[in-house]
Amino acid sequence: MHELSIIASVVDTVMESVAVYPGARVVEVRLRVGALASVVEDSLQFCFGIATEGTALEGSKLVVKTIPVVVHCVPCAEDMELDGVQSFRCPKCGEPCVDLRQGRELEIEAIEIEEADGIEKTGVTA
Amino acid sequence: MTTRIVELRRGILKKNDELAAGLRAGFSSAGVLVLNLVSSPGTGKTALLEWTLRELKARGARAAALVGDLETDNDARRLAASGAPVRQINTHGICHLDAEMVGKHLSDWDGVELGGLDYLFIENVGNLVCPSSYDLGEAIRVVLLSVTEGEDKPLKYPTMFNSADAAVITKMDLAVPCGFDRWAALKNINEIRPGIRIFETSVKTGAGTEEWLGYLEEQRAARS
Repeated sequence: MHELSIIASVVDTVMESVAVYPGARVVEVRLRVGALASVVEDSLQFCFGIATEGTALEGSKLVVKTIPVVVHCVPCAEDMELDGVQSFRCPKCGEPCVDLRQGRELEIEAIEIEEADGIEKTGVTA
Repeated sequence: MTTRIVELRRGILKKNDELAAGLRAGFSSAGVLVLNLVSSPGTGKTALLEWTLRELKARGARAAALVGDLETDNDARRLAASGAPVRQINTHGICHLDAEMVGKHLSDWDGVELGGLDYLFIENVGNLVCPSSYDLGEAIRVVLLSVTEGEDKPLKYPTMFNSADAAVITKMDLAVPCGFDRWAALKNINEIRPGIRIFETSVKTGAGTEEWLGYLEEQRAARS
């Protein structure tokens, strides 16, 4: 339900980041979304189409990489990837695990841009 | 045309997370225990809070509440009957509270200083999905589940239950008529958030409320 505000924040960040590449066109936006991030890809895609209209991101592709949950199992002394989010137990020994090491990510990993040749990056830091 | 990959590695909710970290530092230095109450609409956050504010006041503790809803100040008016300072946050359509809304409503709250409080309760918008993504700077996130909602709520909304520090089962007085399977509910909560503290309460009968209050006092003592 909050995908639109998430996408609005993505668009703002990407716009700020491409400002240092004058004339550049955004081709692709890559997100990393944890299995526990509570966002739905279909909804992100839908909102992305609307929020990018009339911006430097219009027509770009949104790629969402889902990051599985990883917990630390104390008895096994190992980080374990979980198959889903229905049980937070070590898949090897069955022990309940409370130490979450991965799975809540909600970040912009990278963007792909196309630059017109002959234009230099400005001095502003991205 | 040259194609270039620009690595950003930037948290999408970074701005909220930074504001929340600032709030948390302020709460901690003021010595106020802040709890964020989350649940579906109708679980009984306001009812539990009415009882809690009244009881804390009777025991001489200083508590206040911020209460989030899309519209109306009905909940703030209900809670204000306890005598505690209460302020409504209307989100006008937004499905969750964020750190900016909390910060703003604290900064211009007439007559309420964080340093003068022992407890601050933030009653979030009734929603088991979106509020899980927004840190409000709270010390403790409490998820509520009522016996009328079904024992599998934790399995359906794992993010919220997994991110909680304590769980309160409400309306226990209705457990029998609703055919509530207590063991299934406890098992499901533990499957998603192993070892979490669980309180089984009814503000109608008073069941479990002493344990809940004891938990609040213990958490406050542990942090001061």
